[in-house]
Amino acid sequence: MKAADIAELLNEPACAHNKKEKSGCARPKPGASAGGCAFDGAQIALLPIADVAHIVHGPIACSGNSWDNRGTLSSGSTLYKIGMTTDLSEQDVIMGRGEKRLFHAIKQAIDSHSPAAVFVYNTCVPALIGDDIESVCKAATERWGTPVVPIDSAGFYGTKNLGNRIAGEAMVKHVIGTREPEPVPAEAQAAADAAGIRIHNINLIGEYNIAGELWYLTPLFDELGIRILCTLSGDARFHEVQTMHRGEVSMLVCAKAMINVARKMEERYGIPWFEGSFYGITDTSHALREIARLIGDDDLTARTEALIAREETRVRAELAVWRPRLEGKRVLLFTGGVKSWSVVSALQDLGMNVVASGTKKSTEEDKARILELMGDNTIMLESEGARDLLNAVYELKADILIAGGRNLYTALKARLPFLDINQEREFGYAGYEGMKELVRQLALTLESPVWDAVRKPAPWSTRAMVIAGPEMGDSPDGGADEPAHGHDHEYDPAPAVAAGAAA
Amino acid sequence: MAEIIRHPKALAVNPLKSSAPAGAALAFLGIHRAMPIFHGSQGCTAFAKVFFVRHFREPIPLQTTAMDQVATVMNADDNVVQALATVCGKSKPSLVGLATTALAETQGTDIHRLVRNFRERHPQYDAIPVAAVNTPDFTGCLETGYASAVKSILDATVPNTAGTGLVGKRKKQVNLILGAHMTPGDVEAIKEWVELFGLRPVAVPDLADSLDGHLIPEDTTPVTLGGTPISELQTLGEAAATIVVGRSLKGAADLLAERTGVPDYRFDGLLGLEACDQLTATLAELAGIAVPEKLERHRAQLQDAMVDTHFMTGLRRVAIAADPDLLLQLSTLLASMGSEIVAAVAPVKAASLASLPTAQAHIGDLEDLEQLARAGGAELLIANSHAAATAARLGVPLLRAGMPQYDLVGGFCKTWVGYRGTRQALFDLANLVLQHHDTIAPHPSRYKYQTATPQAVAAGGH
Repeated sequence: MKAADIAELLNEPACAHNKKEKSGCARPKPGASAGGCAFDGAQIALLPIADVAHIVHGPIACSGNSWDNRGTLSSGSTLYKIGMTTDLSEQDVIMGRGEKRLFHAIKQAIDSHSPAAVFVYNTCVPALIGDDIESVCKAATERWGTPVVPIDSAGFYGTKNLGNRIAGEAMVKHVIGTREPEPVPAEAQAAADAAGIRIHNINLIGEYNIAGELWYLTPLFDELGIRILCTLSGDARFHEVQTMHRGEVSMLVCAKAMINVARKMEERYGIPWFEGSFYGITDTSHALREIARLIGDDDLTARTEALIAREETRVRAELAVWRPRLEGKRVLLFTGGVKSWSVVSALQDLGMNVVASGTKKSTEEDKARILELMGDNTIMLESEGARDLLNAVYELKADILIAGGRNLYTALKARLPFLDINQEREFGYAGYEGMKELVRQLALTLESPVWDAVRKPAPWSTRAMVIAGPEMGDSPDGGADEPAHGHDHEYDPAPAVAAGAAA
Repeated sequence: MAEIIRHPKALAVNPLKSSAPAGAALAFLGIHRAMPIFHGSQGCTAFAKVFFVRHFREPIPLQTTAMDQVATVMNADDNVVQALATVCGKSKPSLVGLATTALAETQGTDIHRLVRNFRERHPQYDAIPVAAVNTPDFTGCLETGYASAVKSILDATVPNTAGTGLVGKRKKQVNLILGAHMTPGDVEAIKEWVELFGLRPVAVPDLADSLDGHLIPEDTTPVTLGGTPISELQTLGEAAATIVVGRSLKGAADLLAERTGVPDYRFDGLLGLEACDQLTATLAELAGIAVPEKLERHRAQLQDAMVDTHFMTGLRRVAIAADPDLLLQLSTLLASMGSEIVAAVAPVKAASLASLPTAQAHIGDLEDLEQLARAGGAELLIANSHAAATAARLGVPLLRAGMPQYDLVGGFCKTWVGYRGTRQALFDLANLVLQHHDTIAPHPSRYKYQTATPQAVAAGGH
């Protein structure tokens, strides 16, 4: 990928804060960085497309260390669960056999699995040695008659967030608009006709069906007569991605990760889009309302309102028993980016107090949304080292850390209640139904008797245990001169933990 | 304080209970070169023998007084004397355990008089102690029979030395009186625990030495191939302290204390951080030394496992069926991990049941367990192998605990207690939960165009 292409992806005119520092260019600080690469982001974004053979072109690490690692589920094909990589050898690299090997790899994948399409993810080594995967994919498509889509996502191009955009860009460039939607299944059409319902088509961009949580939402959309043409990419099929240009509305579900897809579909096909979340009662209702509003069908709007009223009443009643157990609990949210604001509303619905949010990988737009939701006193955590994170927990007297799996064991080692919110998790939290699981998991860890047991000193111990106390000033993750919550990248001199107003 | 609830019904369905004589036999099997005899019909022994052979995967010495029709109707006293003489003569055991059965008790046997008769008639076997115990099958369960037998072993072998100043003569010796809920692996772990403090454990009974499953140079032995030596039993009064594990052993512990004056420390169980800490602190005090680094490390490992596994155990609805001591030990652990015990079922009533960390303790069978588990929405069962079918019907995983464990190789010697044992128990629990994790049921939209027949949903990414 050319530097100009990367720059263009980073330049996102749809983002209100495009002029400011963009997360994509936040250059990582050697020796003090965490988080995935562009390949990671691209793979995450597209892997849930279930009937595609996902081939990682590169040496073993890229696929070998990451495959079979996602909680995304499919209601049909399980091809996406099969790990595929060209596993380049030293000789392949030296002799320049990468392209040939890739070509044969594509054939093998098509021969043994008859995929709807093949996605080829480029990684650092072939990008460096100059494998022309675009040409290989083109030649393979012509030779075998199965669409082969290049995803040029070498890790060194940039962050995970950039990888999301690269993935979206590849869909826009190669897949979306290459097929017309199938007709609505006859039975469903007949049912809609009988009820006098006009079926509308929408797209959900950035919903990954983690732990099957999309299936908490599909019954609602079915009831409203809304056909999800495609989710990019939870429980999606290749043919669905091809037809996304026929959507009437796009909802950008997961922060800004694939905002470029929504924007380009608006530019090319005039599809309006909005940004929403299915985490929390308030946000779920808001998202449904927005969809109805943008479609502009009065009947749909009325039915949506009725559904919202019914579901909210039902779920709030079911949550009533949990609310006193969670109310007022202080949450430190550290999601490493994508869900930094979307979960806030869900927690606030429960009466919980979000005391700070990690924004290291959030876009400017995400940060603005956090401020909007949480008020100006919000603390945004820019750095992500374990020491800094824990210091923030102690300083802010957080009761629970909500973060991605990578920080799970940091929290547990520090004897802190924890909720996993990232892609690897095993529980779905989306929609009204998902809230019930969310409260359960929150209560489970917050109320667990193990915390007292592991914080108490041994009966024979004469010294107090050194646990859960603020340890300021000593930050092995940051430089010696930095404040405790040391900033992790060198371009922004602002203090890392700052009152929201500074952002 | 759990409320004890009986389930009176004519029919016991899928029994949870194993009989008291079997429990007595188990205790005797933990004594070196012992031979248990059931005073009953051959079947009484045969069933218990098969029960243990299948559980331990070991040959089990167990004899019978072989009451036949005539003996049953007329008089079976001779059967007992004859059985004792035959066993003593043929197998040359170090101890004979004589347990009655329902048949003998119904007939009206006086087992203690029969032992005296045997002594009169066969003085050449005076050196062989006989521990006789009344264990009618219609009273109690495996745990109670075991406890009675432990008491009878102590009664038959421990000299009355209270007040003679012998206590602490063996200043490193710690007596371990261990309940039926301790597996051979548990006994071994407890002995090692004591040894870490430079103390010398004497376990009574010592299942770790007899039923741990080890090959011996001899091709066969008519009696137990290990266990507490009788010579050691005679020194219990010289120990510095006695550690008792299991409420059911109250009678045995009281007898030992009364007869020897050795101070004792009583524990319900040794599963879970708190109980482990208590024993560790006790041993440190007895030994007068600091807690060894190794134990501190094991403790820290357990704590780490507790926080790692609390996601799987927390709010988990668990149903447990076991004899009272085991039920109390398991329930205490589960409660300390945030689980909700929706059903706690024991086969018989025991005072310890009131201490269960549940609202109710049920006296019943596996059918009661099944109904309670279903009503309570249990997500995990803990019980013996007989509950495998119960678990299958409920569609939940089963963690095997207690006896018998027919369908789990190595289950008999699993170490539950101690920091490491508890850690492994938590891992096992957590893994069962993970492997049976329910994902959200697929609900593809009715508008979704399926390219092919949906296949099975991919397993969640664990």
